[in-house]
Amino acid sequence: MQAMVYRGPYKIRVEEKDIPKIEHPNDAIVRVTRAAICGSDLHLYHGMMPDTRVGTTFGHEFIGVVHEVGPSVENLRVGDRVMVPFNIYCGTCYFCARGLYSNCHNVNPNATAVGGIYGYSHTCGGYDGGQAEFVRVPLADVGPSIIPDWLHEEDALMLTDALATGYFGAQLGDIAEGDTVVVFGAGPVGLFAARSAWFMGAGRVIVVDHLDYRLEKAKDFAFAEVINFNQLDDIVVELKKQTDWLGADVVIDAVGAEADGNLLQHVSASKLKLQGGSPVALNWAIDSVRKGGTVSVMGAYGPLFSAVKFGDAMNKGLTIRTNQAPAKRQWPRLFEHIQAGHFSPRDIITHRIPLEHIAEGYHMFSSKLDDCIKTVITTEEGA
Amino acid sequence: MPYIDSDHESVTDREGLRARIPGWGADLDPADRPSVPKERRDLETGAHWTIPPSQPELRPRERSIEHEMLPPVFGTVAPLRGLSGAVRRLAYSRYSEGRAAHWLLLILGDRVDAWESHARSLVERAPDNPIAESGVLGEPRMRPIASRLGNNRADLKHIWMDPLVLAGPVVLLVALAVIRKLKTK
Repeated sequence: MQAMVYRGPYKIRVEEKDIPKIEHPNDAIVRVTRAAICGSDLHLYHGMMPDTRVGTTFGHEFIGVVHEVGPSVENLRVGDRVMVPFNIYCGTCYFCARGLYSNCHNVNPNATAVGGIYGYSHTCGGYDGGQAEFVRVPLADVGPSIIPDWLHEEDALMLTDALATGYFGAQLGDIAEGDTVVVFGAGPVGLFAARSAWFMGAGRVIVVDHLDYRLEKAKDFAFAEVINFNQLDDIVVELKKQTDWLGADVVIDAVGAEADGNLLQHVSASKLKLQGGSPVALNWAIDSVRKGGTVSVMGAYGPLFSAVKFGDAMNKGLTIRTNQAPAKRQWPRLFEHIQAGHFSPRDIITHRIPLEHIAEGYHMFSSKLDDCIKTVITTEEGA
Repeated sequence: MPYIDSDHESVTDREGLRARIPGWGADLDPADRPSVPKERRDLETGAHWTIPPSQPELRPRERSIEHEMLPPVFGTVAPLRGLSGAVRRLAYSRYSEGRAAHWLLLILGDRVDAWESHARSLVERAPDNPIAESGVLGEPRMRPIASRLGNNRADLKHIWMDPLVLAGPVVLLVALAVIRKLKTK
């Protein structure tokens, strides 16, 4: 089969690999029809995530058709069209039993601080991802769901991570009616978080980024006020001005490890790999939220330390809420939002490219070329 | 000017927001938010086991020393090999996730892995082509100049460093070769 393969920082290619085999009785093999490149894939692509091994296939956002099932699989049959959450989880461990699927303790030998994620380094379990023609889906009775007939396949694809994570991030903000919500980052997750903040009754939603074309999307898709931080001397002061000098009630960090805005932070984290991430957006969130407010973090950071302004967070009495999204837990309610016509998730997709051109897709996304926001990868099967 | 609580009171224009934004307030009630409360014991997962059956360990599998034993399900791609494998094995066998040494060794292992793999590819049938693998050959279709210039992008301050990261191993090898040649003269 054809698969995207990591060859080192900024280097990927498409290779011929063996079709994955059933390795556990509850495995399924899924023939991928659509995959996507996630903003967090760029952390792998840039060599930031520890234990990202050459030869690994990335891709934790994908949908497909069940090709083969292991002997203990009861809930799926060959030929089912499935959407697969980015989390690999067992459903019964201490954490899964409490709904914390992204924190599953039974699927990742390499680390206890993070669960299992498809194609996201050995730090997240050492699984191949879905930017390929086939992928191994462990614990197939728990993760995948059959795609409802009414659901557009590209909406299903967005539900596997970006939409679920953005919606989850808004929930982490514990938004109350009339709250002013600031979202750092106008990438896919930030756009979905901003859009979701309205569902929860926000009174104002302000999106901050440095890419004008993404801010335009935030206006159109998420009905947000927008600020380009690179046109200001100090984004924190601007946000204070805009919030009666108190700060926002809720600030959401939808940027994560490669935030721009401070050259030293960015270079030490993204280029020199000496931090788990560049916490520029997180520090701005801490400083621009009001005292007693809430900072939601679902932008992804690596496990190494980061230079976070924790003193300000402590002195301001902040609530900082974080996690990888338990994606499937979000689906029933998001199905209702989509069916009600509240929004069309696939509207954020800007590019669709075949798997054979995936190296160019990564370069375009990484370098923010051609107004790229979300890139979908098509396989021959799904074309 | 002192800050006075009453200066900050505002009334939400519910009807205006509902008219402007489809779905506004649909999840106003926290009971409609699927991750509230954070921990719930009543969710159906589809699992039909207490503990998932164990995946056969066909070759020794490294694990965090914060795990008492190998978890029942794990990935098997790219097993440890070569010098990078030795570095990674040390990180896993000696240091917990709470130690910086664990992560710094894994990052070192990643760099060694890239160098080893690049060298290995030169003697295999599919040598690395860093130019093609970087994706830059697709730039003519990506409006490279208009996308980068005139947009006041913050990342332009460091984007010039990307080729150095890409070509880092080659630059390092060339530099070492030059130094060695100069020393032998």
